[in-house]
Amino acid sequence: MTHLAVDICGIHLKNPTILAAGILDETGKSMIEVAKAGAGAIVTKSVGREPRNGHPTPTIVELHDGLLNAMGLPNPGIDYFADEIKEAKKGGVPIIGSVFGGTEDEIASLAAQMSRCGVAAVELNLSCPHAKGFGAELGSTPEMVEVVCRRSKKGVSVPLFAKLTPNTSDIAALAVGAERGGADGIVAINTVKGMTIQPEARMPILANGIGGLSGPAIRPIGVRCVYEIFEAVKIPVIGVGGITSGMDALEYIMAGASAVQIGTAVWSEGLEVFSKTCKEMLRFMVENGFESVPEMVGVAHPGRH
Amino acid sequence: MYAIKEHLDETPSIRTIRFAGEMEAIPGQFVMVWVPGVDEFPMSLSYAGEGFGITYQVLGDGTKALGNKKPGEKIGIRGPYGKGFAIHGKKLLVVGGGTGMAPLGLFIEDAIEHKASVTAIVGARTTKELLFESRSTKAGAEVLITTDDGSGGFKGLATELANDLLAKKNFDMMYACGPEKMVVGLLDLAQSRSLGLQASLERFMKCGIGICDSCALDGKHVCRDGPVFSDRELRSFEQLGKTKLDLTGRKTPL
Repeated sequence: MTHLAVDICGIHLKNPTILAAGILDETGKSMIEVAKAGAGAIVTKSVGREPRNGHPTPTIVELHDGLLNAMGLPNPGIDYFADEIKEAKKGGVPIIGSVFGGTEDEIASLAAQMSRCGVAAVELNLSCPHAKGFGAELGSTPEMVEVVCRRSKKGVSVPLFAKLTPNTSDIAALAVGAERGGADGIVAINTVKGMTIQPEARMPILANGIGGLSGPAIRPIGVRCVYEIFEAVKIPVIGVGGITSGMDALEYIMAGASAVQIGTAVWSEGLEVFSKTCKEMLRFMVENGFESVPEMVGVAHPGRH
Repeated sequence: MYAIKEHLDETPSIRTIRFAGEMEAIPGQFVMVWVPGVDEFPMSLSYAGEGFGITYQVLGDGTKALGNKKPGEKIGIRGPYGKGFAIHGKKLLVVGGGTGMAPLGLFIEDAIEHKASVTAIVGARTTKELLFESRSTKAGAEVLITTDDGSGGFKGLATELANDLLAKKNFDMMYACGPEKMVVGLLDLAQSRSLGLQASLERFMKCGIGICDSCALDGKHVCRDGPVFSDRELRSFEQLGKTKLDLTGRKTPL
């Protein structure tokens, strides 16, 4: 019987589509709506130690093939957020808690606190490209990624995922660092650093100037990154970046992703994107003789067809 | 970006900007207004089509900067976004409080063009601050005035006047925009009279396109599921009239 269920690091997902961090996941009730819409799991907003307003507006630019955003990690702080997670869990799908921090100590203590909030896994945001001092700096070298993962792993009782930045010359090396540090899985990619300028205003549109590009425009970058990471590490990879359809998700899976995350497509497709993606994947699997998702993971690599 | 065609005073504290250009929209829909270098914020459209426009009160840095813009200067506009008001039936009651009349002025014109008869309760703090009273009359609506200080029309709340009116007259649907307390009062009234209600709500909004969760209201989003909600939706909101999210995403008293 053809089915979409997957297990990642012991977490059972009814299907491999996961809501990506930063999209409709700052309040428990919104996450319940995403669960109802069919997502297999949900990653929360990236949460820090203290409440943050995020960047001034404009924080988003709509492009024809994606979004450029500089939300600036707005979040209510982890102490407050525990209740939102408790609420979100009523949605009945695994909740993955995303945390960011300015130092390895901070992110490790946040990861530990997050793991005590009843989440199924903790995702370290080592890759936010537009909040100075948070995320991307900590995730910019394999050595830093290794140290942060090792420190975080100690206090965390659930699987630990490292979300990596594509804004580097060698993302596979970052993934190797994460694996050495004890991460149980890799999430790739976060947004790609970018900028748009409004010529009539003679200035960047985002108040922060620089933002992160997401959506279909970055899918080939994400697929390439997952492909490279899959060859470099043994731990599972979760693919994210521009997935809007079942065929897009299959690209990532065949590049080596065990599951996928969807974010920007919630804007272009609505929450129906989760059920739509699943339906399209299932149809492809039936038509092409695959019974389960794991059979397709990494098949695009030579010798694995 | 759109050049400002006209910048007009509506009341001592409320002004309208009409833009050179065209934007088709359903009354009740909103746009994100970017004042370059200052801020971006949501505003309901008060005019649609050719010479579309917004009507605002200076409340913060963004609207203050907007107030200094002269005809010919350009403003960033993206949209229209969200769900607007839907004409339902032939006899419509419209209740607008303060700047809440901004989208309702446009709705009244549209509804009358579509052969509905409209009774409008226009409320404000004081007579001078009544918005779109003459615009609504000119469109063909029967306009009833209410002011907090009694300087014009009925002295008291728009909900009280609506209550009196509903005791005497039947309507097919009620429409509202204004302070959330007023919306809550009208929702109770609509329920007791078995009358439908469509009301526009306001929350902090950052993206305007349904992804950032900053305007979340019990799992729905004012930017995409609203800003106009049905009475059934309004009744399902535990946070209605009680709390809103601050910029960090924490619930705070409204």
